[in-house]
Amino acid sequence: MDLELSASELAFQAEARAWLAEHVPAEPLPSLDTAEGFALHREWEATLAEARWSVVSWPSAYSGREASLVEWVVFEEEYYRAGAPLRVSQNGIFLLAPIIFEHGTQEQQDRFLPTMATGEKVWAQCWSEPEAGSDLASLRSTARRDDGRGGWVLNGQKIWCSRAALAHWGFGLFRSDPEAQKHAGLTYFLFPLDADGVTVRPIAQLDGEAGFAEVFFDDVFVPDADVLGAPGDGWRVAMSTAGNERGLSLRSPGRFTAAADRLLALYDERPDPRLADRVVDAWLRAEAYRLYTWGTVTRLRDGGDVGAAGSVNKVWWSELDVALHETALELLGPDAELDSRWLDGYTFALSGPIYAGTNEIQRNIIAERILGLPREPKGAQR
Amino acid sequence: MRFEPTSDQRDFAASLDALLAGADPVGAARAWADGDHAAGVRLWQRLAEQGLTQLATEASPVEVVIALEALGRHAVPGPWVESAAYIPLALGREVDGIATVAVPPHVPYALDADVADDVYVGSTPASAVGARLTSVDPARRLFEVTGTGEADPAAFDLAVLATAAQLLGAGERVLADSVTYVKQRKQFGREIGSYQAIKHKLADVRIALDFARPLAYGAALVSTGSTGEATGSAGERARAVSAAKVACGDAAYLAARTGLQVHGAIGYTREFDLSLWLTKIRALVTAWGTPGFHRDRILTSLREAR
Repeated sequence: MDLELSASELAFQAEARAWLAEHVPAEPLPSLDTAEGFALHREWEATLAEARWSVVSWPSAYSGREASLVEWVVFEEEYYRAGAPLRVSQNGIFLLAPIIFEHGTQEQQDRFLPTMATGEKVWAQCWSEPEAGSDLASLRSTARRDDGRGGWVLNGQKIWCSRAALAHWGFGLFRSDPEAQKHAGLTYFLFPLDADGVTVRPIAQLDGEAGFAEVFFDDVFVPDADVLGAPGDGWRVAMSTAGNERGLSLRSPGRFTAAADRLLALYDERPDPRLADRVVDAWLRAEAYRLYTWGTVTRLRDGGDVGAAGSVNKVWWSELDVALHETALELLGPDAELDSRWLDGYTFALSGPIYAGTNEIQRNIIAERILGLPREPKGAQR
Repeated sequence: MRFEPTSDQRDFAASLDALLAGADPVGAARAWADGDHAAGVRLWQRLAEQGLTQLATEASPVEVVIALEALGRHAVPGPWVESAAYIPLALGREVDGIATVAVPPHVPYALDADVADDVYVGSTPASAVGARLTSVDPARRLFEVTGTGEADPAAFDLAVLATAAQLLGAGERVLADSVTYVKQRKQFGREIGSYQAIKHKLADVRIALDFARPLAYGAALVSTGSTGEATGSAGERARAVSAAKVACGDAAYLAARTGLQVHGAIGYTREFDLSLWLTKIRALVTAWGTPGFHRDRILTSLREAR
């Protein structure tokens, strides 16, 4: 057992650290959910892409560096340690791209991946519907076959679509077979958010910014070329993104170890022995997450998969993120309510236990699939 | 980078588990609590033959963690943290027979001094063994001792880590037994383990244990082992073992509280075997440094490193 990086991994780390030290903007960018911040974050993505740091784990043909899982974790650690901007492209590069690589055609890969890597096209995820949240498979938006035009016609409504207010393209599931039950008969579609019949209504989040939106589909035509995977196979295709979102991809340990370091710095500025234990626990939970991730990386490299352990992971990082920021706010004292990076981080953290499958759903998964407890009797099916 | 036990280490854990599963450690622990050491000493000898008392001097702290986790899972009685972790490192040699130690102020009493061949204070032999005290864990027979020996910091840290590993094993056992129980026990016509109120509590225990384990392994990697060479500095080592102790203690204690709750009244009896682990976890949470001591040590070390 060891936690040592190899010579080439250390060289990769040094190269990333040096580049980030030179290029990370000195001042934090405005929120990526404002028009100005969105534009600046896309510019940053282009800067990253130019130096081949935007999608390090991708193949070199798509401007990646073929980074191993270890190198990816190392890069993320350096990225957040350097205080680099949030990734406006994260829904695309972390959630959609793995699926395009796995299920997409060559033509789709060539058409979508290059502009995703540079931030030229930003992607929004369109999963939930007003009546389909945790019970996602009960979604009602439809896709009707149009043989004449060689494609599908989408109708319905998606909600809580992250980045949709400003993004260019969306991805989501639609019911293509009205006779099929629940998980069957769903198809995975890619669609431009400025297509005829698409209406995007931004929704202000808790912090007042339009981080997500409602998207209405009124006879929106999508050609066969923009179907991802086989028609009717959308649930299976989509579940590979759900695993990515809960597991490693979206929440690298670097985010939390960097935040824990900042919390310690804040404690040094404003020491308060009454909060000492909570500061320690925030550091300890981030450290546990860092080490746990190395275990996951080792198992994945040995051919294992994350499986239901992704749910264990998701509950941990989301609750750690809230607790860490709550502690910071308490250290700030009466100034905690004022606009600050900590307050932004806190508001963002509050969404963690809700999105990507609520923590209650995750605990059900842990109990049923890991502990082997009996399933709860389901309510009446539609 | 390989942050998983090797196949040899996994085999070692499996063989210990198999040995203990067939050795009635619960019977030995109950007799031990009554002052009848015969079965416990026989078990001690079998485990010593497996090399448990040599791990600190011949193997690495990872093996110490693996062994103590197995002992915790099976509620094996005896001064194992003392004989397999603290004393070999403090004296620089394997213990002969059964040895125990008090390391004031964090370890004021010597565990099982009545059955030990050698009793130490700090790193030197005790001058006298005094009265027995009653622990919440009946299998932990504690004794007052007198002596002037000083603590060995590296040995203390390995003992802290060994205690953390024992807590991890005990917590895993309570979770496993609780899962078995809630799948059998029916109320209102269905297994109580099908109710979300129960599921979510047990899921939280799974999460806590899963994130405590890497801290124990991580601490083992920076701890002082047989070569006397630690990969980390003394401050790093202290911080890592304290983190392991806090996390394993918190996770095991959550397992104990949750396990007691989902078992209901039967779990609240001395007769039911769950009591062995509930009381052991309670005792070990404050043994070899309280959570408060360890949290303070972590903060001090982090602030010094800044």
